[in-house]
Amino acid sequence: MLEISNLKASVEDKLILDGLDLRVGDGEVHAIMGPNGSGKSTLAQVLAGREDYRVEGGTVRWDGRDLLALPAEERARNGLFLAFQYPVEIPGVSNAYFLKAAVNAVRRHRGLPELDAMDFLKRVKAEMKAVGMKEEFLYRSVNEGFSGGEKKRNEVLQMTLLEPKLAVLDETDSGLDIDALRVVADGVNRLRSPERSMIVITHYQRLLEYIVPDRVHVLAHGRIVRSGGPELAAELEQKGYAWLTGEADQARPAGAAS
Amino acid sequence: MSAPQVWRDAFAERAEALPGARLPWLARLRGQAIERFADEGWPTRRLEAWRHTPLALLGEQAFVAADGRAEVAAAVAQLRREAGDPEHWLVFVDGHHRPDLSTPGSLPQGCQVGSLAEALRQDAQGLEALMGSADEGSSPAALNLAFAADGAFVRIGSGVALEHPLHLVFVSATAEAATHVRNLVQAGANSVATIVEHHIGLADAQTLATIETRLALDRDARVTHLKLQRESEAGFHLARIDAQQAGGSVFDSHSLSFGARLARTDIETRFAGEGCEALFNGLYHADGRRHVDHHTRIDHALPRGTSREYYRGILDGAARGVFSGRILVAPGAVRTDAVQRTDNLLLSAQAEADARPELEIYAADVKCAHGATVGQLDEEALFYLRARGLDEAHARKLLTLAFAGEVLERIRDEALRRCAREILLARLPGEERMEESYA
Repeated sequence: MLEISNLKASVEDKLILDGLDLRVGDGEVHAIMGPNGSGKSTLAQVLAGREDYRVEGGTVRWDGRDLLALPAEERARNGLFLAFQYPVEIPGVSNAYFLKAAVNAVRRHRGLPELDAMDFLKRVKAEMKAVGMKEEFLYRSVNEGFSGGEKKRNEVLQMTLLEPKLAVLDETDSGLDIDALRVVADGVNRLRSPERSMIVITHYQRLLEYIVPDRVHVLAHGRIVRSGGPELAAELEQKGYAWLTGEADQARPAGAAS
Repeated sequence: MSAPQVWRDAFAERAEALPGARLPWLARLRGQAIERFADEGWPTRRLEAWRHTPLALLGEQAFVAADGRAEVAAAVAQLRREAGDPEHWLVFVDGHHRPDLSTPGSLPQGCQVGSLAEALRQDAQGLEALMGSADEGSSPAALNLAFAADGAFVRIGSGVALEHPLHLVFVSATAEAATHVRNLVQAGANSVATIVEHHIGLADAQTLATIETRLALDRDARVTHLKLQRESEAGFHLARIDAQQAGGSVFDSHSLSFGARLARTDIETRFAGEGCEALFNGLYHADGRRHVDHHTRIDHALPRGTSREYYRGILDGAARGVFSGRILVAPGAVRTDAVQRTDNLLLSAQAEADARPELEIYAADVKCAHGATVGQLDEEALFYLRARGLDEAHARKLLTLAFAGEVLERIRDEALRRCAREILLARLPGEERMEESYA
């Protein structure tokens, strides 16, 4: 259970999150939608433990723990996973090394034996197949020269391997064609389980046709301004965000693909 | 008494006992060399080539001579294991050959590997041409020429391929000792060889090592030279590597500089024939208040030469790294193709890097590119790794190693590459053990 209360956070002295409240129960999938600049990515980064984002107030409790007191790596080991909007390229570090180091860091923390090279390769190759990644991506540097879709698949692969308790997907759908979008959605849907919660952050309604959320929230000006069931996404598709954010609609409806 | 005078006196005392002292050409050469050093003294910052590397500390220090009998068997055995138990293994302690610790191994016909002292005693044929002259390099090179009593003497016959790398091990074992080593390598036409220099320091008090390695590559010879410098933290290490390349020859130089209080390595090659190739590949790491300097020069004297130069530095604490790379393209050296890159990674706010590319191009129809960067670890990458559960120390170490990886990957011999990687890994901060590599 994740409980965010009155969360305020700033970046470079600019307040982005301004009293955000959100409860995500075990096994639930919540979608967070909102216009650009509403604070969606800031929420994701704050949850993951990025120090550049300063928490100015509020609390985040996660299974009874104070999430904000933990450094990023401990959050990850405790089962929090952020699928990055912009996965980072790391020249010189092979994807295989990276994936194995991550899996074993989490396993050590959970008191499980570390996977040896053989077991790891068996496991990772099976999961790569499931997300449609060729084996050669194991031996390339992390995300280096990957296309947008390949990077997102690599994020889903990591999520699958790390078996998080709470997954936050930060605009994992952005810039994907329909096939890649399906792969991402399938990966997420395969992971749905009664003990795993997910927060799916997206600008567009499109992804939510494939990942049907339990709840949909609209974020604007750093706060949740409206919550509802999956039907709220469809409503946003038709009306855009302006009727909720109190601004003239800047552009197109939320459902329009880029 | 001035520093030069101290060395002049030491020379007067020791000259008679140096190997080959009775050879007139050698006595003359040594005499010219000590005169040059007495005249110039240690290089000062006023010399452009030494602007960033002060040797003032050396001027105040008295050094003793060591006889090379120090007990170092355990350290040498350990190094040998780290190097993957090489086939050809020659050990020098405080500048003197130690046959008891050496196993030259089985050498192919036409290949000669031994001690320079022995060769000088016998006035081996062709020595004079290989020995060099007193006016080469900076004054420390002259000091080396005056005092060098030993080193490796290597001849690879025409068409001979040395299958396994020849490892030369130089141990600075005695505190307060100055040692001078001169290595001469002659690679015949079409020969192939890899020569590795290990420099390790065991003394915890100040030591001085001057090393000159001279390589003559005949037509189409292919020589790889790898220097792995791990002197003790109190060691002064002044080295010069000088290659002369005949047409079509290929010289790969790898310089890995990890140790010493101050390490300066000058590396030079001259394309004395057409169609030569050179790779200058280097990696250095310094922390604390240590200082590391590479001063390189590639002389494209004749047409169709190709050179690639890649240096990377990792600087921590209040360390300072200096790189200067001169590429000379002589008039008429058409179709020269030269690339130089140097990148420095600063791991602390106090660390400092100076990188200076110097391209002098006097020919048309050439391709020359250069670039230099100085940066820190990528914060985005650090966070990405931590967000996957790696702790910060592990993430830093991994990214630092990745930075070094590009240089290490250019070392083609797998055992040597692995050895270099392990040594670097042990030197970088962070206890976190690394997963085995897949790359």
